[in-house]
Amino acid sequence: MTMNIFVLMKRTFDTEEKVVLKGGKINEDGAEFIINPYDEYAIEEAIQVRDANGGEVTVISVGGEETEKQLRTALAMGADKAVLINTEDDVENADQFTTAKILGEFLKDKDADLIIGGNVAIDGGTGQVGPRVAELLNIPYVTTITKLEINGSSVTVTRDVEGDSEIIETSLPLLVTAQQGLNEPRYPSLPGIMKAKKKPLDELELDDLDLEEDDVEAKTKTIEIYLPPKKEAGKVLAGDLNDQVKELVQLLHTEAKVI
Amino acid sequence: MSRKVLVLGEVRDGSLRNVSFEAIAAAKTIAEGGEVVGVLAGEAVSALGIELVQYGADRVVVVENDKLKQYTSDGFAQALLAVVDQEKPEGLVVGHTALGKDLAPRIAGKLSSGLISDAVAVEAAGGNIVFTRPIYSGKAFEKKIVTDGLIFATVRPNNIAPLAKDESRSGEVASLSVDIKDLRAIIKEVVRKASEGVDLSEAKVVISGGRGVKSAEGFEPLKELAAVLGGAVGASRGACDADYCDYSLQIGQTGKVVTPDLYIACGISGAIQHLAGMSNSKVIVAINKDPEANIFKIADYGIVGDLFEVVPLLTEEFKKLKVHS
Ligand SMILES: Cc1cc2nc3c(=O)[nH]c(=O)nc-3n(C[C@H](O)[C@H](O)[C@H](O)COP(=O)(O)OP(=O)(O)OC[C@H]3O[C@@H](n4cnc5c(N)ncnc54)[C@H](O)[C@@H]3O)c2cc1C
Ligand SMILES: Cc1cc2nc3c(=O)[nH]c(=O)nc-3n(C[C@H](O)[C@H](O)[C@H](O)COP(=O)(O)OP(=O)(O)OC[C@H]3O[C@@H](n4cnc5c(N)ncnc54)[C@H](O)[C@@H]3O)c2cc1C
Repeated sequence: MTMNIFVLMKRTFDTEEKVVLKGGKINEDGAEFIINPYDEYAIEEAIQVRDANGGEVTVISVGGEETEKQLRTALAMGADKAVLINTEDDVENADQFTTAKILGEFLKDKDADLIIGGNVAIDGGTGQVGPRVAELLNIPYVTTITKLEINGSSVTVTRDVEGDSEIIETSLPLLVTAQQGLNEPRYPSLPGIMKAKKKPLDELELDDLDLEEDDVEAKTKTIEIYLPPKKEAGKVLAGDLNDQVKELVQLLHTEAKVI
Repeated sequence: MSRKVLVLGEVRDGSLRNVSFEAIAAAKTIAEGGEVVGVLAGEAVSALGIELVQYGADRVVVVENDKLKQYTSDGFAQALLAVVDQEKPEGLVVGHTALGKDLAPRIAGKLSSGLISDAVAVEAAGGNIVFTRPIYSGKAFEKKIVTDGLIFATVRPNNIAPLAKDESRSGEVASLSVDIKDLRAIIKEVVRKASEGVDLSEAKVVISGGRGVKSAEGFEPLKELAAVLGGAVGASRGACDADYCDYSLQIGQTGKVVTPDLYIACGISGAIQHLAGMSNSKVIVAINKDPEANIFKIADYGIVGDLFEVVPLLTEEFKKLKVHS
């Protein structure tokens, strides 16, 4: 059986970077952007499933033109095709409803056997997009998976549930979201990078999906973004170790009042 | 404007999780004087209904079915959607737990509604219900409102204070029968690793060990301290990677996010990915032998020293405190 595999990929702000505000928004000038780390697991898994079963891996992303860079990286890792759904000109306020609706519209006639996403984006952080897309396509899904075994059209997955593992049996077509531990994502090789330049990267707009701006209008709105108050440097205790420990317990009891 | 708000109660090992009581408190804020209706789904869970009432729900709807013995998104979605269909609420609150993260987006998708995930605060302000949630791995926060349709949110455990339990409260616990069909993903087996002791994501005190604990046995003094404080043991990825403990204990960007009242980091350097999972804890204590360790930059209190000396001393000192109080 050859598999028609899609990966949902988000370009994210590298949250290892310092986060600064500018005009009430996160300042993206000069910031580093990466493939959402969980989506790297998704891409790797898709490549492995394709290599074991035959088929094709298409990576899709909703975003702006800059997202081409991360899509090329996915192609260099080994994906076969990439699709950018460019919303730059059409969408002003987006939320997870918006993104899922666009992805769902794109996927609805693609006969996907397997769709793999990340379990959460490290910037937006909701984990909504995967399950929402599965619901729109009316296919089963399993979130936060650490193992995927495909046998014909039946599938066994291991799901991480707050540290416990569930062994789940389900079937294709299926959407899964990747948790850390699923695999070790490969780095793009030099030949991979060369080949990626020639692989197809299609660009679509809402129009191409027969969607109007109103169809994807966000249901939620961000009214303020702020940084947490900067923590003052803590108190490093000094003196005899026994006294430090006594002092700490007293501080936790009387000053911080947490014990 | 008063609203009817549903709250899904989450049952784990036969008891309601604390986050469900916190979700009721959030629902009260959203309801602005309207009715708060608890929802329970499971095999035999109706006896727990009254507890939702004691924590502030006005009444409870229970869906019991042997197909709901274990959580599956197909089963629970059918149950919750049937209750939504019956009650026609204007708000819905679920805990931001493994269950809530899996289920809520699907419900939102089905209802074509917005969803505010991982809320750490909720308030009624300027005619809106305003949610606060962390973004950028906890390095920033956003305030969000729903602009269209159902006010639907998942709430992060340990952040919204529950109402005090009032055993004199009473309310109806009614059952709704739902024909659960077509479970497309079946749980064959659950391998339990995390569930011993106190639930990490809901613990008020977390004692965490890093590579500095040096071995699996090195976690013993941490476990003793956790036991004295009624807390849970956590770990850095460094400790998990070194096989000192199970990955189920990992805290951080790729592990659990915790916000206890007290977080004690022992032998953890304070890498950015670790901070993503604990930096919003109320009080952070660092014990590390390296005075330059990054963890001291975000700790409220620090002791520079060998954790194998400091932790047992702390355990003794806390024991004394417990005896005196
Ligand atoms: C033009 C534009 C305007 C925006 N305006 C706002 C705004 O005003 N307020 C606001 O809060 N957000 C805004 N966003 C952000 C956007 O709505 C969310 O980041 C997006 O819906 C994903 O949500 P998340 O980050 O919570 O991802 P999650 O749901 O946590 O992501 C989980 C997984 O879903 C998949 N996925 C997520 N996003 C994408 C994507 N874009 N393409 C392909 N797969 C994806 C990935 O596999 C990812 O690992 C805007 C985005 C765009 C492009
Ligand atoms: C994509 C990605 C995701 C990641 N996700 C996570 C995550 O979710 N969670 C996470 O924790 N990490 C995560 N990491 C790893 C992270 O970058 C660090 O490598 C890790 O947190 C280090 O663990 P550590 O602090 O235990 O070890 P180290 O950095 O080695 O620190 C050990 C500390 O112990 C101290 N020490 C040693 N002996 C003693 C003693 N006897 N007494 C007191 N102190 C002592 C040392 O001074 C040192 O500061 C991630 C990394 C990547 C790239």
